Amino acid sequence: MAGNLWVVAENWRGKVSDVTYELLALGRELADGLGVPLEAVVLSHQGRALTHELGAADTVLYLDHPSLAEPTAESYGAALAQLMQARKPQGVLVPLSNVSWDWVGVLPAMLGAPYLNFCKDARVVDGKIEACCLLYGGKMEARVVSGSPVILGVLPGARSAANRRMEKQPPVEEVKLESEKTPEVTFKQYIEPEQGGVDITQQSVLVSVGRGIGNQENLAVAEELAAALGGAVSGSRPVIDQGWLPLSRQVGKSGATVKPKLYLAVGISGAPEHVEGMKNSELIIAINTDPQAPIFDVAHYGIVGDATDTLSALTAELQKASARKGA
Amino acid sequence: MNTVVLLKMVPDVVEELEVAADGRSLDTQFLRLILNERDNHALELALLLKERHGGKVAAVALDAPEVDEVLFAALAKGADRAIKVAGVKSGLGTRTAANCLARVLPTVDGLLPADFIVAGCQAIDDLDGMVAPLLAHEMKLPYLGLVTRVTLDSADRKATVQKEYAGGVHGEFEVLLPAVLGIQAAEKPPRYVPVAKVRAAMKSQTIEMAEVPALANGGEAAIRVLSMAKPEAAGHAEMLEGTPEQIASKIAEVLFARGVL
Amino acid sequence: MIPTAENFGQVPAWVVLWVVFLAAVGMFAWRVSFLIRLLLLGRADNRFDHIPARLKRVVVYVFGQLRLLEEPLIGIPHLLIFYGFVVFLFATTGMLLQGLLPGLHIPTVEQNHYLAPVVDLFAVVVLGGLAVASFRRFVLRPAGLQLTRDAATVNLLIASLMITYVAAEGFQRIAEPAGAQVWLPVGGWLANVFSTSGFLQAHASLLYQSFWWLHVLIVLSFLVFLPYSKHMHLLAAPFSVFFSQLGSPGILTAPTEQEGRLGAERLEEFTWRQLLSAFACAECGRCERACPSFQSGEPCSPRNLIHNLKQQLLLYGPAFLRKARAAADGGEPTLIGGLIAPQELWACTTCLACAERCPVFNEHLPIMVDLRRRLVERGELDPHLEEALRNLTRYGNSFGQSERKRAIWTQSLDFRPKDARKEPVEWLWYLGEYNCYHPSVQPITRSLARVLKAAGVDYGILFEAERNSGNDARRVGEEGLFEILREKNTATLKQAKFEKLFSMDPHVYNTLKNEYPALNHGQHPVLHYTELLAQLLADGRLPLTRRLSCTVTYHDPCYLGRYNQVYDAPRAVLRGLGARVKEMPRSRSRSLCCGGGGGRIWMQEIGDAESRPSESRVREAAALPGVEMLVVACPKDYVMFSDALKTAGLEGRLVVKDLSELVEEAIGPMRWSEPHEAAQVER
Repeated sequence: MAGNLWVVAENWRGKVSDVTYELLALGRELADGLGVPLEAVVLSHQGRALTHELGAADTVLYLDHPSLAEPTAESYGAALAQLMQARKPQGVLVPLSNVSWDWVGVLPAMLGAPYLNFCKDARVVDGKIEACCLLYGGKMEARVVSGSPVILGVLPGARSAANRRMEKQPPVEEVKLESEKTPEVTFKQYIEPEQGGVDITQQSVLVSVGRGIGNQENLAVAEELAAALGGAVSGSRPVIDQGWLPLSRQVGKSGATVKPKLYLAVGISGAPEHVEGMKNSELIIAINTDPQAPIFDVAHYGIVGDATDTLSALTAELQKASARKGA
Repeated sequence: MNTVVLLKMVPDVVEELEVAADGRSLDTQFLRLILNERDNHALELALLLKERHGGKVAAVALDAPEVDEVLFAALAKGADRAIKVAGVKSGLGTRTAANCLARVLPTVDGLLPADFIVAGCQAIDDLDGMVAPLLAHEMKLPYLGLVTRVTLDSADRKATVQKEYAGGVHGEFEVLLPAVLGIQAAEKPPRYVPVAKVRAAMKSQTIEMAEVPALANGGEAAIRVLSMAKPEAAGHAEMLEGTPEQIASKIAEVLFARGVL
Repeated sequence: MIPTAENFGQVPAWVVLWVVFLAAVGMFAWRVSFLIRLLLLGRADNRFDHIPARLKRVVVYVFGQLRLLEEPLIGIPHLLIFYGFVVFLFATTGMLLQGLLPGLHIPTVEQNHYLAPVVDLFAVVVLGGLAVASFRRFVLRPAGLQLTRDAATVNLLIASLMITYVAAEGFQRIAEPAGAQVWLPVGGWLANVFSTSGFLQAHASLLYQSFWWLHVLIVLSFLVFLPYSKHMHLLAAPFSVFFSQLGSPGILTAPTEQEGRLGAERLEEFTWRQLLSAFACAECGRCERACPSFQSGEPCSPRNLIHNLKQQLLLYGPAFLRKARAAADGGEPTLIGGLIAPQELWACTTCLACAERCPVFNEHLPIMVDLRRRLVERGELDPHLEEALRNLTRYGNSFGQSERKRAIWTQSLDFRPKDARKEPVEWLWYLGEYNCYHPSVQPITRSLARVLKAAGVDYGILFEAERNSGNDARRVGEEGLFEILREKNTATLKQAKFEKLFSMDPHVYNTLKNEYPALNHGQHPVLHYTELLAQLLADGRLPLTRRLSCTVTYHDPCYLGRYNQVYDAPRAVLRGLGARVKEMPRSRSRSLCCGGGGGRIWMQEIGDAESRPSESRVREAAALPGVEMLVVACPKDYVMFSDALKTAGLEGRLVVKDLSELVEEAIGPMRWSEPHEAAQVER
């Protein structure tokens, strides 16, 4: 009998993240295609409440153990390996994010099972799961199949999370974990980034700068525009690495995932790690000197040109407009 | 304080990548390989550890085109040994590579036991896994990924490691040595090594060779690439043209229409 | 009467003089030998070739004072003081000899009908010169010229020497009326003035002797003081000029002894000629005033560079001489990070304005590059620069683009240039990375391609085999990178079939012409495209159909002008096209660098936009009434000035154009379907 399709939920610091619901949407399609139940797997310590909104799945397998308080490779990896060996699912969707990184890395080895990385999509073909994986920084896509059980590392944004966060409480099966191994990795603490007083995930407008902004002085032009728009300045990783903006302003895989009404990408090329963090913004306008920049595949409107020129002109335009309104 | 750094050559995306005639792999005619960027950070982290705590750094790479220059550059930067593993087919999956390395590393004289084995946390061609965690499991060593900082408590054989989460949050962990780390970034950007030093290393230093012991059970868990192609963009931006002033007024129109303003 | 013929009490005066004289000469010789031993700390450098050419240089620049005369306000006084010194050297030697050997009655200048008035007048002339020089230094206070005790002391010493001399003359004239046959304009006049006082007249003889002794003592004091002050340039300058680099001043050479360390920082790592710069420097500040980076407010100052080298040498050289270096700390404190900040070194654009102005022919550039080489060796570079160098190493261009895209600029041409790798051509066009990759510059490259085709020039390019020539990599201090680039390029050039070379980029032109031995020695003449255009124009090979009736100004690129003395060819072309050329105040060898050389175009922009050299330059051009265009002949100038026009808000007032665009306009529409109107739209 073919096994079930699993989605491993991403829960971190007491919350289930959106990517879980995206995976449930994808998982539902695959499960239906394979004709098997969809099960959500939650690993935590005293986090039963986390299962409440996972109704998109048919059942929830819930593991509760002190060792699962933090998602380390050894704890989550061992727990999932044990569970998979016991229950034998045919496919497991795991979220590919910074939070799940460590255990997603070791799980395939612990199980001796195939693993497909960078999945942006998957479908069922002839009763098997076929994944579409992004390679070479997004420059190539590969369609890949494998033996079973298969683990798919799925990138955020593969499906929409909307409608998957269910009010319905699914049946929960609590599974006992057998593990008394002394941990070699011990969690100490979280280190929060300095808050610049601004939470970019709460802004409705973000003027986001990348390396193409040129130098730190040009940030002022971006700040002016952000102020005129009633928003804030954020940045891609290179700008934060240079020290031009604090860590709390970083958008992307290691930074924040944002969904503002307007995301103005200035001098950002559109590398996948950045796009992951902003692709669901309502309106994306990109300015870049390179017409081939991948950001233009994600943006709604694009301008090939000099950043500072366009930003200054836009600020001036907005000031005129508000003057007209005021008058 | 001994560190082993794993270096991998990956396709250089500065060149336009093309699909080979078989439709499932990269066309190699104009393909150039470059050191995986994260591995460069791993090397830098290893060198910083050596500068702070002494000990030795060994750079290990599987044979691939243009890998010699990378190994000599590592030596020029301050690595003590450079080891090239020969007898591997190019284009190996990461799973098999981790397997090879797990079997080769113990056979190299004086390489193990090391306090740290470090590699970049990911590479752009990691289709079937990531090398650091897979290797860690094979060698039965603890593993942490997305590492950005390592501080050592060599007396207690422990290290305090900082790793990245999302939203700019970092997590601090303690790990018992020896350990395998997947590096996201070193505390400083990878150092520059002048060309003259690399050339000097090419003349005065040697790369050691190691051979892979024969494959025990013939391969990794089977995955099969059916096809490879350049991604079609789901959409493309509507491009706005004109002078900055004209563009600005068009954008303002859009913003008003969409209710942003 | 010889003053030393008298006695001081029991002791003959000439004995006293001998003692003082020997003491002074002894101290002077000891100090000078010490300075020479410091110089010998440096590495060897053969500067003993082409002796006649070197002597000529000394005649023109030391005795002719040619560089100083470029600024007449100080040039003329200094010339007068210089010759006053020569004259007085002669006169004072006579005085001393006479004084030391009174029995021999050695004739002195004062007794000679022809020489005496000359020396006499010179005293006043020198005083006049000193007055002007002091006025300039202490009242006008030009930038770069410091108000130091050293300077004041020297001025006072020279002045007092002149005054004591004429005073002695005057009193001698009164005491020995017989000498009145010799006409002394000033001395005689002073004698008359003094005679009005009975007291002075009565004591004339004593006063004569007193002033004589005063003069001699001041001379001997000056002798001792000289090698401790910046006035030692007197001694060192003739040698620094003699041993200066012949040929193009900007040619750099690889260090001859490597010993595993790159560049120079320790005293013994510099050449003796570089160390001599420290002593030859008169701290006049000309170099600093000319420096574009200094003008934009950066800490980069060529004067400070030499000055700090001198400080390092004088402070720590002695310890080295004494072999007191502790093995543990390796000796003196590091120069970079100590007296010289890395920032100062990275701010240099290598424009060569400093060396071009230096009256003693100091070579600031190689010193700066040697220090940069050391910074590169230590891996301490501006991060943007690092990236450019990595790209250069890997892809052969600083843009980080594939080598295969080097000929992409040819795609929108209606014809394909010849491939010099495959077929023989008369001219090889070595493009340079800016002309190939930079989107704003590509249209200009195409302009020239069309012009050359219209002129029927047989040229070819290297397509993807071309790599960065290495000029700027070398000037940034990455000598190893320069070498591998040169090796690769030389191999490519050897396989290509061509007779002559030209480039649009003066940086490329400079290094191919001067630093590629395989091309040097006239085997393959290397030209700048403006020289080629001038030749074509003169030969009537440019099919001009219209005259450009515009008023333009021309900016001399550093690597074409100062480095290689090509000033006239571009102007000849402009005039040949019918344009009116108005010169900016800073033109030809005074041209102000755009700020992009020396690798600076790869580094972060420094300072605020207003003070940058590129903005200063476009404003200088815009200030010329009636000038519509700033014409450039270098792709980096084009990029830098186009940006500067925007930041200075001068876009309506002036346009920046490359010479090739003007030639194309003058040729008019060509028979290919890609008209020059399309090229205009691209701009």
